[in-house]
Amino acid sequence: MIPEELRYTEEHEWVATKTEVLVRVGITEYAQQQLGDVVFVQLPEVGDRVEQGSPIGEVESTKSVSELYAPLTGEVTAVNDEAVEAPDLLNSDPYGEGWLVEITIDDPDAVEALLDAEGYQPLTRD
Amino acid sequence: MSTPSPLHAVHEALGASFTDFAGWAMPLRYGSELAEHKAVRTAAGLFDLSHMGEIELTGPEAAAALDYALVGKLSAVKPGRARYTMICAESGGVLDDLVVYRLAEDRYLVVANASNAALVAAELVSRAAAFDVEVVDRSAQTALIAVQGPNSAAIVREVTGADLDALPYYAGVAATAAGHDVLLARTGYTGEDGFELYVDGALAPDVWRALSAAGEGRGLVPAGLACRDTLRLEAGMPLYGNELTAELTPFDAALGRVVKFDKGDFVGRAALERRRDADVEDKVLVGLVTTGKRAPRPGYAVLDAAGNRVGTVTSGALSPTLGHPVALAYVPAATSGPGTALSVDVRGTALPVEVVELPFYQRPA
Repeated sequence: MIPEELRYTEEHEWVATKTEVLVRVGITEYAQQQLGDVVFVQLPEVGDRVEQGSPIGEVESTKSVSELYAPLTGEVTAVNDEAVEAPDLLNSDPYGEGWLVEITIDDPDAVEALLDAEGYQPLTRD
Repeated sequence: MSTPSPLHAVHEALGASFTDFAGWAMPLRYGSELAEHKAVRTAAGLFDLSHMGEIELTGPEAAAALDYALVGKLSAVKPGRARYTMICAESGGVLDDLVVYRLAEDRYLVVANASNAALVAAELVSRAAAFDVEVVDRSAQTALIAVQGPNSAAIVREVTGADLDALPYYAGVAATAAGHDVLLARTGYTGEDGFELYVDGALAPDVWRALSAAGEGRGLVPAGLACRDTLRLEAGMPLYGNELTAELTPFDAALGRVVKFDKGDFVGRAALERRRDADVEDKVLVGLVTTGKRAPRPGYAVLDAAGNRVGTVTSGALSPTLGHPVALAYVPAATSGPGTALSVDVRGTALPVEVVELPFYQRPA
């Protein structure tokens, strides 16, 4: 399941454009399947500056630890505390209630450089 | 290309996610591994363990051959019983940990980990060469199905009709399931009461379906390798590759009790005697617990109160049953007492942990 309207990274994160400068970020359906049951999520704090490609948090499943990377450069303007409280939201609704952070991005054009659904699809083949 | 289990089509129909494990494509989980873990603790889980290696030794000198090839005294095992043991190199390093069944006076079944099965089979052939015994690697055609959990006895009783009261822990008997001959053993790797059924691969789907049907109404769910790992960790059981490696002798792994010197020569004897008598500070495999959700992971450093590295984590996860992180680690004997306060370097943060007695989880009596 790869929603057409989203953008993607090679780190299996999705990016939704809320306004021209505000994006919402989460992990993909494929990522949650690969991780298995997510048991711990660590997110940055509102106000943190984040740089594209840099680690901004962690997602732990029973078996593994994965870093969360900033898909774009900007400032964190919201984090999903409910996903921290109930990490299984990343499994049950990765594109919805399991979102992770919102970032106000420096460069609105940078979104266009991310993968589209067609470009991401090959990365989800086992 | 991974080897499919004889039950592959059954798992596909159940919607399993597969993982490559030692060259085998095995079910990792069917849905949520936490739900599968919980089912094994509270009801029952059905596992496909066909990736495990099965090597049969038959002949008048089978017992003598195994006494020489392994560190245990397999000649002392009564027919119908099983023993946890190890195969070591000449250097004393652990090549694998094994469960060995004595099927008859002159017949044994050696069960090896998938990752070591070919090596164990080759070593057994070469070590048994001077004995009157035939060694046959049956790994490829043997399926292994496990039923684990408090409801496992009711399920296995219905399918096999076997007298399970006469089948104690670490015993195995010939039985029939779904009309097929099986070896039925009361063994497992979950810390629960449980059974393992060895059966010809071609017949395994029939046995799986019969067990599934008997599990209806008894909470039985198919369970993958992901939950098997958290189950064995809660039960404090070692995993080859994590707690056991070829670089460690059984003594280094705090499992020196499996080495039996009251028998004739065996491979590794000289090195293991030296290690037993050496004046070295023993490392101890301990349990560590902590609060929060962040688990120590294999390879992370264990630190003492002064921040010095004193040991290494070998396995760790957030315990699904207990709700807090648990880990196994090797630490010096001096810091191995229950209640000792240590910490683990979790990606740059010193996480306080406490040494506890193993196992972390023990099933209600």
